Amino acid sequence: MRAAGTPTAVPPALPGLDPAWSRTVRVTDAGGAEHCWHVLDNGVADPVGTLLCVHGNPTWSYLWRRLVAAAPPGWRVVAPDHLGMGFSDRLPAPRSLAQRVADLGDLTAALGVTGPVVTVGHDWGGVISLGWALAHRPQLRGVVLANTAVAMPEGDLGPALIRLASAPGVRAAVTVGTPVFVRATTALSRPALPADVRDAFAAPYRSAARRHAVGDFVADIPFAADHPSRPVQEAIAEGVRTLDVPALLLWGPRDPVFGERYLTDLRGRLPHARLHRYEGASHLLPEDAPEYAGAVARWVADLQAGRDAGHDAVAARPAGDAGRRLWSALDRRADDDTPAVVEVGGTTVSWSALSRRVADLAAGLAASGVRPGQRVALLVEPSADLTATVYAVWRAGAVVVVADKGLGLAGMRRALHSAAVDHVVGSARGLAAARLMRLPGTWIAAGDVPPAARRALRAGHTLAGLAALGRTSPAPAEPPVDADCAVLFTSGATGPAKGVVYTHRQAAAQLELVAATYGLGDGDRLVAAFAPFAILGPALGIGSAVPDVDVTAPGSLTAAALADAAAAVDATVVFASPAALRRVAATAADLPGDRRAALGRVRLLMSAGAPVPAALLRGLRQVLPAAEPHTPYGMTEVLPVTDVSLAGIEAAGDGDGVCVGRPLPGVDVRVSPLSAAGAADGPLTGTPGTTGEVCVRAAHVKDRYDAVWVVERASSRDPGWHRTGDVGHLDAEGRLWVEGRLPHVVTTASGPVTPVGVEQRVERVAGVASAAAVGVGPAGTQVVVVVVVPAGGTGRSGRLRPAGTDLADAVRAAAGVDVAAVLVTGRLPVDVRHQSKVDRAEVARRAARLLAGARRP
Amino acid sequence: MRVLVTGASGMLGRATASALLDRGDEVTVLQRRPAGLPCREVLGDVADPAAVRRAARGQDAVLHLAAKVDVTGPWAEYAAANVGGTRAVVGACRAEGVGRLVHVSSPSVAHAGTALVGVGAGPADPARARGRYARSKAVAEQDALAADSPALAVLAVRPHLVWGPGDTQLVGRIVARARAGRLPVIGSGAALIDTTYVDNAAAALVAAVDACGPVHGEALVVSNGEPRPVAEVLHRLCRAAGVPGPRGRVPFAAAYAAGAVVEAVWAVSRRRATPPMTRFLAEQLATAHWFDQRRTRAALGWVPRVGLDEGFARLRAWAGGAPA
Repeated sequence: MRAAGTPTAVPPALPGLDPAWSRTVRVTDAGGAEHCWHVLDNGVADPVGTLLCVHGNPTWSYLWRRLVAAAPPGWRVVAPDHLGMGFSDRLPAPRSLAQRVADLGDLTAALGVTGPVVTVGHDWGGVISLGWALAHRPQLRGVVLANTAVAMPEGDLGPALIRLASAPGVRAAVTVGTPVFVRATTALSRPALPADVRDAFAAPYRSAARRHAVGDFVADIPFAADHPSRPVQEAIAEGVRTLDVPALLLWGPRDPVFGERYLTDLRGRLPHARLHRYEGASHLLPEDAPEYAGAVARWVADLQAGRDAGHDAVAARPAGDAGRRLWSALDRRADDDTPAVVEVGGTTVSWSALSRRVADLAAGLAASGVRPGQRVALLVEPSADLTATVYAVWRAGAVVVVADKGLGLAGMRRALHSAAVDHVVGSARGLAAARLMRLPGTWIAAGDVPPAARRALRAGHTLAGLAALGRTSPAPAEPPVDADCAVLFTSGATGPAKGVVYTHRQAAAQLELVAATYGLGDGDRLVAAFAPFAILGPALGIGSAVPDVDVTAPGSLTAAALADAAAAVDATVVFASPAALRRVAATAADLPGDRRAALGRVRLLMSAGAPVPAALLRGLRQVLPAAEPHTPYGMTEVLPVTDVSLAGIEAAGDGDGVCVGRPLPGVDVRVSPLSAAGAADGPLTGTPGTTGEVCVRAAHVKDRYDAVWVVERASSRDPGWHRTGDVGHLDAEGRLWVEGRLPHVVTTASGPVTPVGVEQRVERVAGVASAAAVGVGPAGTQVVVVVVVPAGGTGRSGRLRPAGTDLADAVRAAAGVDVAAVLVTGRLPVDVRHQSKVDRAEVARRAARLLAGARRP
Repeated sequence: MRVLVTGASGMLGRATASALLDRGDEVTVLQRRPAGLPCREVLGDVADPAAVRRAARGQDAVLHLAAKVDVTGPWAEYAAANVGGTRAVVGACRAEGVGRLVHVSSPSVAHAGTALVGVGAGPADPARARGRYARSKAVAEQDALAADSPALAVLAVRPHLVWGPGDTQLVGRIVARARAGRLPVIGSGAALIDTTYVDNAAAALVAAVDACGPVHGEALVVSNGEPRPVAEVLHRLCRAAGVPGPRGRVPFAAAYAAGAVVEAVWAVSRRRATPPMTRFLAEQLATAHWFDQRRTRAALGWVPRVGLDEGFARLRAWAGGAPA
């Protein structure tokens, strides 16, 4: 028996905590005992609803201070300290899970919480909040969960750190006898918490007498099957499956307590839940990702307005044709013995062989346990194997997950874990990377992987084995057209790469549009020197060849390699990135005359991925004399949006930005005008000459972003429209001009300045090879800085230095806006994936550092 | 309007008094020596309360520019002129029932030596201001703004690095150094600095006299809003003035250390001549200081009319230098 501690008052002036939110409430429990609760309450009278925020162990309501401050309009926010915790009464004895759920109900009754409620729970507060939710279904409107668990996933022994803390002998010392557990929890935060915030978390737990409940909480976690709280926990865990209210999961993936498997478990129980992963955040998500409060407020406001981002976005746009499937051409050409896929210097696969192989592999995948909707990471170099695998996965109803190796191992790891892949298909190199990335699921070896290596790499199957299995297995059912088919990762040029989800219908609509726009038919053959397009030949219904180069290193394609690939399929169409084409143009002189013939039959050259200078396209005429150069404009989320030919670019002439042509049939383009502060918050308009964020509506726009609800909500905030993040304007002829990326807009005191027009004007100055226009200074009062690479070069160093007066004068005269400083460098930093897009954010960082001057010694 | 201008013998004071006269205001000027302006002149020390009261009698507004601007000399002189002078002006305004006081201050009152990048007017901080001039001006600004009340509206205006034809302070010193071959670039020379062409500063002060009342109790930095790398500014000033541009390059750490040594020597030997380098000067020449002008422009209803290029052209016309 221990003495019930008297409540200690909340110390004044804790960072971020308004003392006016603190109140105490006396509540009598089922046993007749009265307890004094400490509660944060924003005190909204007659609220439209209440957010009930439940903290875990060993934190207190302080955890929710930002959400109290960011309450959605009209909503009451209530965040209690559990009994024995925070600044609520200390207890004479431990309290079980069942009691805590009942306690919370008693408290909300005492607080007069009668209207709609959204529960919010973190850590062990998650299961208690869900217990409350299941007991108050009539008033439950939604649930929000952050880094929590309701059950121990099968085979799991519970979070290792917590198990350690709960071990007899350890628990008392770590959780009660010393402040180790209290302090360790806030030490998990990434980035590290300020000392005053850590002190605030520790404030209620200064003595062992005040920490008893911290230990009791750990002891009440039902690790053992015979634990008294086990049935209650299991009932809640099962009950969650029956919740049909909207749910939002917020997750810090760096949590050493609740790892990915707990998120997977929660998603299995709440399959309709929206998820946002805050990359970089750890266990204390509300601390590590302070912006969570705004996200919850937005989600609750949407809930109230009946909006569901993602779903609404798709519902409000053209649906596309449900008849065309990604494998339609394979079915149609099943008896065609002409080449479908050619590996230069390797295998040639005919349409009939490919069709058979895809059917066998699809059946084999299904028979080996790959179920519809499951996600399959593809770690295979562009090859006939990769092409067959992609179509087999689609045919089996599973989802391909593609993360460019340009992201680097760490970036790929983050991407593939966020996509929660169920299976991996990899070459020997791919599986070795999968091992380093600790990918989950079953692994399938592609290509020649010796048995010993397969065992070492944990590969349970080979593609050959699956094809053999498939020959004696039934064909899987065709997936519905609105099922997911792919998760493609963006280049991650601005922050962590985002997964972009397409459905079969959307992907088919994209291929339909590409085929129609470029008149692609059975008589065409494609050379794809651009990674994502290397696999699309069969879906487009045309034969394709992949040049014998690393297509993820676009700068390695020579004119000779391109010629060999064109000869291999008798190509009529070439698709390549600007970086690849630059190298082709540079090596054109080395191309022997006898190998030019194949290139002479190419009728169409497509280049995308980054702005393509007209001069480069003109220069390629000597290599591809018969090809009409086209540059489609688009992005991972929607491609193509517009198209323009070289003739079209020349007809458009100079303007403010890059002319990317007119929207393609079925594609609507509008802009959301920029405010003085550079935010694209104006209503969508097609008025010529108005600069704003480019917004697109079309059947082939992505379905949604994967696992980043906040980004999805922002990108589709105008239902039916996708916000591209590009800035530009439409002209009087309906052509779109791209002026840069939204985050690169320079917000000067006299209004926003977009970079591309400035750069183009500066690049016409004699002696300037290339230029980047960036903003330096605080948003709203930035100055324009132009960094130029002089023609003739100053070496390859990326260091910046001030330009001489003459160059500065010439650049200023050309720029058309006030330029604070003109700097020179040997080279501009570019993105990893395309090696063409100037990384203006990095240029701005370097310029800002230089222009701030010296630091005091 | 009847306006008293203190310190009208300097470049900015003279330009501002002239601008007020041009628009038909009744102007009184107060300084120790005759300024030669076509207006009522009171001769006296701004730190002499009786003299200031005499000058302030019957005025609608006081524009207080008089100050000791220098890099050497004992603290007592700065305190007397800048703090004592401002107190005398505030006292005179109160005693004579003047309703508006525009106190001319300096961005250095809020500059602790670190880079200022697009910032607004931070609070004056005598404890952190660098050098005696800045420290005394920080105390003075605090005193002036503390006097802001319903009876006396006080507005502090901080013009930043004012230059133009007739300038003996900034342009004069730079030109003298350049001529002597003693104007190196400190550090990379890339630090962005704001400057103010004198006519723009004068127009801003006139606008401040008008705005003072509805706008009061705050400090506003005034500049051309066209920051440029410091080496470029020096180069263009020199070219306009017809002297060779900066020569040589001194690492910032070396200049700063040299400044510390020079200051010590000057302090021990009680020299009054302008020292070749101080820590304050090294910082001024090597770290960014440019400002957010949005609040200033909104509060004063003023924008600079003379751009940098036009300013350099006018300086050249006056000094007979080459095209900038």
